[in-house]
Amino acid sequence: MLTIENLHAKVEGKHILNGIDLDVKAGEVHAIMGPNGSGKSTLSSVIAGHQDYEISQGNMLLEGEDLSEFAPEERAHKGIFLSFQYPVEIPGVSVTNFIKAAINASRKAKGLEDMAANEMLKMIREKSSLLEIDSRFLSRSLNEGFSGGEKKRNEIFQMAMLEPKLSILDETDSGLDIDALKIVANGVNKLRSNDNAIIVITHYQRLLEYIIPDFVHVLFDGKIVKSGTKDLAVELEEKGYDWIKELA
Amino acid sequence: MEFKEKLLASHLAFEERIDFSDPVHQIRLESLKTFEEKGFPSRRDEAWKYTSLNAMLRQNYALFPKAETTIQLKKVKKYFLFEIDTYKVVFIDGVYSPFLSDTTHDGLDVCLMSAALSKAKYRNLIDTYFNKITDKDDSLTALNTSYTQEGAYVHIPKSVVAEKPIEIIHFSTGKEKALWLQPRNLIVVDQNAQVQILERHQSLREHDVVSNSVTEIYTHQDALVDYYKIQNDLSTASLIDNTYISQDKNSNVRVHTFSLGGKLIRNNLNFYLKGQYCHSTLKGVTLLEDHQHVDHYTLVDHISSNCESHQDYKGVFSEGSKGVFNGKIHVDQSAQKTNAFQQNNNILLDDKATVNTKPQLEIFADDVKCSHGCTVGQLDEEALFYLMSRGIPKKEAKALMTYAFANNVLESVELPILKKRINKLIARKLGVNLGFDL
Repeated sequence: MLTIENLHAKVEGKHILNGIDLDVKAGEVHAIMGPNGSGKSTLSSVIAGHQDYEISQGNMLLEGEDLSEFAPEERAHKGIFLSFQYPVEIPGVSVTNFIKAAINASRKAKGLEDMAANEMLKMIREKSSLLEIDSRFLSRSLNEGFSGGEKKRNEIFQMAMLEPKLSILDETDSGLDIDALKIVANGVNKLRSNDNAIIVITHYQRLLEYIIPDFVHVLFDGKIVKSGTKDLAVELEEKGYDWIKELA
Repeated sequence: MEFKEKLLASHLAFEERIDFSDPVHQIRLESLKTFEEKGFPSRRDEAWKYTSLNAMLRQNYALFPKAETTIQLKKVKKYFLFEIDTYKVVFIDGVYSPFLSDTTHDGLDVCLMSAALSKAKYRNLIDTYFNKITDKDDSLTALNTSYTQEGAYVHIPKSVVAEKPIEIIHFSTGKEKALWLQPRNLIVVDQNAQVQILERHQSLREHDVVSNSVTEIYTHQDALVDYYKIQNDLSTASLIDNTYISQDKNSNVRVHTFSLGGKLIRNNLNFYLKGQYCHSTLKGVTLLEDHQHVDHYTLVDHISSNCESHQDYKGVFSEGSKGVFNGKIHVDQSAQKTNAFQQNNNILLDDKATVNTKPQLEIFADDVKCSHGCTVGQLDEEALFYLMSRGIPKKEAKALMTYAFANNVLESVELPILKKRINKLIARKLGVNLGFDL
C-alpha cells in the first residue's frame, strides 16, 4: 500500500530524514519507535504533506502513485489519515460540523453528492459509540478545552468517520491515562481490516501492548536502523535506546 | 460649488418642502449653524485620522429625490427578513413607501418621523427626546439634524414586548446618479419594554449614494433593546451611521453590526450608561475585500456605577480593504464597580489589506474592572494544515477558519433566521460551501 524508498527530507534547510525505506502492505500494522528527535514526527508530517517539509531525495508511493505531487487534502482524499500528536484547537467549529465538512469535501473530490443528513447522523452515532464519546462532546468546539484523552479519542473518531486506507497515529498514547489508552486502542483495533494499514508512531512500548504490531522499526537519526517483530518493542522497553545508537 | 456650500445654500429650498412650524425647526437652524462652523471632518481631526471623506465629497449629490418611486415587492423581497412577520418602515430614495411598509399604532408606535414631527399627540415625546443625547459638536450629526424630515419613529410603551421585530430599510434606486440621504430615527423604549430592530441601507443599482444617518435610542429602566445593523450594500454605496443610545437603570442594549459590503462605512456608536446596573453589548463582524473601508468608532460612557459593557469586534480583511477600530471607554469618577471589556481581533488574509486599531480608556473611578485587547494576525498555518489533512481544501479551510473566527459574535444573535442569513452571507462572501448548514 505505502512504499517509501530512500526518503530524504529537510525542514528549514536541516536534514531530518536521511534515507528511509519502508513497505507497508494492506492489513498490516507497523510500529515506528525511536528516541526523541529521531525523525518520527517528521516522517508522519512528510507523508501527510506538510508544506514546511521538503523532500530532497527518494520516493513515497501510495498504491503505486507518487504522493509528493499532491496537496495535503488530496492525500486525504486518496486515503491517508494522520492522527496528530497535538491536535489543533479550532474555536467556533463544532466537532460535528468539522467532520461533516471533512467528509463532504472528500465526497466532492470523488464527484459524489454531500452525504445525506440522516446517514451522516447514523454514522456519527455509530462511530462515536465505538470510542465511548458522549453526544454532548460532539457539539463542542473542535479540541477547544479538550483533555488530552478527549483530543486523542476525537482523532480516532475522525479516523473512524473518514475510513482511510493508511492511518498514521503519531504519538497517540502521549498524554493518555491507562483507561483512555485502552479506549483509544480498542477503537483502533476495531477499525483494523485487511483493506487498510496502520503506522503507529510511539516512543514507548506501552501502546503496542494494546495495538499489536506486525512489524516494529526503530528510527534513529532519520534512518530505520533496525526492524523486527513485536518482540523488538519489548527489547527496546527493557534496554532503552542507547544500544540502538551504536547500531547507527 | 463645494458640497458644503451646496448643503448650506439648499437649506432654504429644504424649508420650502417642510412644515417649519414643527417643534424642531429651531433645532434644525441651530444645527445648520454648527455644521457651517465646523464643516466636514478631515483627517486632521483625531477621530478621523484613518478615514478620509475627501473622495466622497467631490461628488455632486442630489439632496432631494426628483420623484417618488415605486418598487415591486418581488424585486426587494430578499432584503426583508420576513415577508409578514415584521413591522416595516421602508423608504425609497428617502421617501416613505407605504406600499412596502407595515407600520402600527396598535399598542406601540412604529411609524414615521415626519408624522411624529407634525402631529400634536407626539409633541411631548419630541420635546422630551429629539436631539437630546446627540453630540452637539459633531458636524455630521448636526448636518443630519439640520435636514431632519424623515425616518423611523418607534415608541414601545411601558411593559410592552414588541411581538414582531421591526425592520427599518432604506432603498436607493439609482434614479439619481449621486444621492445624499439623511434619515433620522427616534426610538423610545419605555420602562420594562422590549424590542428587536433591524436596520439596513440597500442600493438597488450601482450609483453613488451616501446615507448620513442619525438614530437616537432611549432605553428606560429594565428595558431591553436588540439592534441589528446589516451593512451589505453595493460597492458604490457609503454610510455614515451616527447612533446614540441612552440607558436607564437596569436596562440592556445589544447592538450587532455586520459590515459585509459597501464602499465606505463609518459607524459612530455611542452608549451613555446613565442608570445603575445597565448591560451594554457592542458586537461587530466586518468582512471586507476589494477597496472597501469600514471604520468603527465606539464610545461607551460609564456615567453610573455597577454597569457592565462588552465590546467584541472581529474583522477579516483582504485585497486592499481597510479596517479601522477606535474604541473609547470612559468611566466617570462616580461610576464605581464598572465592568468594561473590549476586544478587537483582526485577520489579514493578504498583505494588501490594512487595519488600524486603537483602544482608548479613560478611567476616573478606582474600583473598576476594565480590559481591552486587540490583535492583528493571519490564519494559523498549523490549523490550516490540520483541516487540509482531513481532506478540506485550502480555500474551504481558510473559509472555515474565518467563519469560526467570526462565529462567537454570531452566537449572541437572538433571531435564528437572521443568524442563518448572516451565516449564509458570510459563506457566500467567502465563496464556499462548507459542507454543512451554518
